[in-house]
Amino acid sequence: MNAIQPVIVGAGPAGIRAAQALVQAGLKPIVLDESFHPGGQIYRQPPPGFTRPKSQLYGTEHHKADSLHRQMQAMESSIDYRPQSLVWNAQGHALDVIQAGRSTRVEFSHLILATGATDRVLPFEGWTTPGVYTLGASQIALKFQGTVIGSRVTFLGTGPLLYLVAYQYVKAGANVVAVLDTGSLAARAGALAGMLRTPALLAKGLVFMAYLCAKGIPMLSNVRPVRVQGQERVRGLVCRSADGGRERTFDCDGIGYGLGLRSETQLASLLGCEYRFHARDRAWLPQRDEAGRSSLPQVYLAGDGAGIMGADAAERAGERAALALLADAGMAIDQNRAQQLEHQLQHIDRSRTVLERAFPFPADMVPSVADEVVLCRCEEVTVGTVRRAIADGSIAEMNRLKALTRVGMGRCQGRMCAAATAELLASARNVPLADVGRIRTQPPVKPIPIMACPPPAACEKAGT
Amino acid sequence: MKTLATEVTIIGGGIVGASAALFLRQQGIAVIVLEGARCGAKASGVNYGGVRRQGRSLDQMPLSTRAHELWAQLPALIGTDGEYVRSGHLKLATTQDDFAELARYKEQTRGFGMHLQLLGPQQLKNCYPWLGKSLAGASLCPDDGHANPRLVSPAFAWAARRAGAIIHEECPVTGAAHDGQRFVVRAGDGLEVRSSYLLNCAGAWGKDFARMFGDTVPESSLHPQMMVTEPLPLFMQVSLGMHGGGIYARQVARGNVVLGGGREFGQSPAFAQPSQKNMLPLLHRVAEVIPQLQGAHVIRFWSGVEGRLPDNNPVIGASTRIKGLFHAFGLCGAGFQIGPAVGEVLADLVVKGHAKVGIEPFRIDRFSAEATM
Repeated sequence: MNAIQPVIVGAGPAGIRAAQALVQAGLKPIVLDESFHPGGQIYRQPPPGFTRPKSQLYGTEHHKADSLHRQMQAMESSIDYRPQSLVWNAQGHALDVIQAGRSTRVEFSHLILATGATDRVLPFEGWTTPGVYTLGASQIALKFQGTVIGSRVTFLGTGPLLYLVAYQYVKAGANVVAVLDTGSLAARAGALAGMLRTPALLAKGLVFMAYLCAKGIPMLSNVRPVRVQGQERVRGLVCRSADGGRERTFDCDGIGYGLGLRSETQLASLLGCEYRFHARDRAWLPQRDEAGRSSLPQVYLAGDGAGIMGADAAERAGERAALALLADAGMAIDQNRAQQLEHQLQHIDRSRTVLERAFPFPADMVPSVADEVVLCRCEEVTVGTVRRAIADGSIAEMNRLKALTRVGMGRCQGRMCAAATAELLASARNVPLADVGRIRTQPPVKPIPIMACPPPAACEKAGT
Repeated sequence: MKTLATEVTIIGGGIVGASAALFLRQQGIAVIVLEGARCGAKASGVNYGGVRRQGRSLDQMPLSTRAHELWAQLPALIGTDGEYVRSGHLKLATTQDDFAELARYKEQTRGFGMHLQLLGPQQLKNCYPWLGKSLAGASLCPDDGHANPRLVSPAFAWAARRAGAIIHEECPVTGAAHDGQRFVVRAGDGLEVRSSYLLNCAGAWGKDFARMFGDTVPESSLHPQMMVTEPLPLFMQVSLGMHGGGIYARQVARGNVVLGGGREFGQSPAFAQPSQKNMLPLLHRVAEVIPQLQGAHVIRFWSGVEGRLPDNNPVIGASTRIKGLFHAFGLCGAGFQIGPAVGEVLADLVVKGHAKVGIEPFRIDRFSAEATM
């Protein structure tokens, strides 16, 4: 392939802004989107026929959602947008993509990975009970289908998403029982000084909290989940304070739970990008420079898929990565714009550190999880099984742990459980989280049907 | 610099090196195992998991037969059954010629107690209605089976350790020589091991250590392509293979179907990744042979690094250059099943000076100019 054929994976804020910058430079990127419609998770669009207005779906962020959706419409003929496309493998300069049930190969000269993030969770007793959703899933139920996860919903966890989703639920008329933050009020107050430097962030957060307060929704801090009540279905959530104290039960039939986000980095891993440990995200992430260049030539990273920075940063990182791509391809770019974007990203990065202090990850939940609790849902591996393996077999890192216990070996390939497993391994061995490494990614990124193979002729062709 | 002395140094903690360590310890011999990564984490631990004699070359049949006896004692040997089951191994023939080959193989191996049964097309359909492709027939070896290499191979190392072997993991060998009296092996961060015997059980890396002593062999590496489905209702009673390659498949108790087929050559030994050009054709072949898997999801592809010699036989036996040095590597396609027997052979070579199983075809000098003249 001689001509420049950029491919963007993901059509959230990062992917859309990246496409926009490439189109402005006269290129026609292929945009591969797992969803039906562009917008990513945060600005996910409802299916046709749903008429809820954007102001209701996206709250304070509706103008941003609107701008991105309109941008995609405006680019309809100038990009090659491919919805419902699951990129399941990446190698060399080619992606394997499932579209309409068949796997095809998409070659690229340059690649921008804008693969987004999913919720980070830690296991606790009953966390797999039907009716327990992640915060992200709770939000998708509302945004995508206009429905809620229960008739009496408790939100549990930490991070800005906790209050945003609770606010959106209450605003949509849902019955929210309580908002339970694992972080302490002191942490949030302490971080307040930092937030004063980013008033928009502060204002947004305060709006959600003030709104919930005004509606009389109980908001508790320093909460630790003890167990979910109910077998077939959530009947309640038992909690106590992180300092101990007596248990308290919240009567509910739906629980939205999340402890911040984790990046989806598998494609970068399959391509062979270098990784480095990111202390704030508590994760190994593909290395990238200020502009979004990975360690591999012609491969760029943008948005939450390369480190959790939020949607506003994603828009800028997408554009910045596209400019880097253009510069690397020998095209002229607006250097001032590139600089400006980098400054904005640095600014957001600093406020992100403040946010992380305001909503600290409750790492102390890990050592106290009971042995009987399931850690890896796909393979039904319990915390106890993993603890015993660690004690017996001198297991020092994640891949060995996976090989000996099956943890992370199932349908999700560790996407849901690897973060918790790493925390468990590091705490059991009393070593820094960075030391336990990360699970090597194998294709497919998500399960693919065997019949996804194209008919024999095409299959042989693909194999040559 | 830390210097250790022992009777036998073993390079490689895969199933061969670890079982050699175990059998040596059972006879009271002092052993140090040097493993560059983690015991049983390379080809020994990530292979397909077939434990079959059927299909092995006549050269390998004596070893394979002995290994079959050892596998029967697995829990006593290593303290776990490693999910080993004697499910039977069914080898499919797609053409009449292939079926004739299977019949010929049955005759040739008659003395080895495999009790092979030939099944014609109709019989095959009756017994295994889930087989799809039009088949010319098959050969069933009722006592062959499969096991979980992730569990079995490390368990050999742990059993050796329990028996008194000293095992250094994450301790790659950086140099090895013979000082006229003893072997001197340097490994890891300043470890030096001195011993009377040295066993080279380094798999795909075996030729590098052989070369240190002037034994040169044309070992290359190959990368089998494997995959596993999500758990499915149990339907495959037997482990499956095909004459001449194609696919191989087994269903584990949890319901996942483990499959493989196709190989990659020439990638570096250090790096094994499922190859883009092999994955889709493999899916296609699977859908053809086992149609009911069409709707099943693949949750993981993987590969590993196996050592291979041009004649597809391993190197097993004494060095032609240095007394006390024994090689056992290049066991592609066979190492998991015959590994324990190879370990036992190595222990016999050290202790008794000879093996009770024939290993003549595996001489290291069979590729040298003199041998081929």
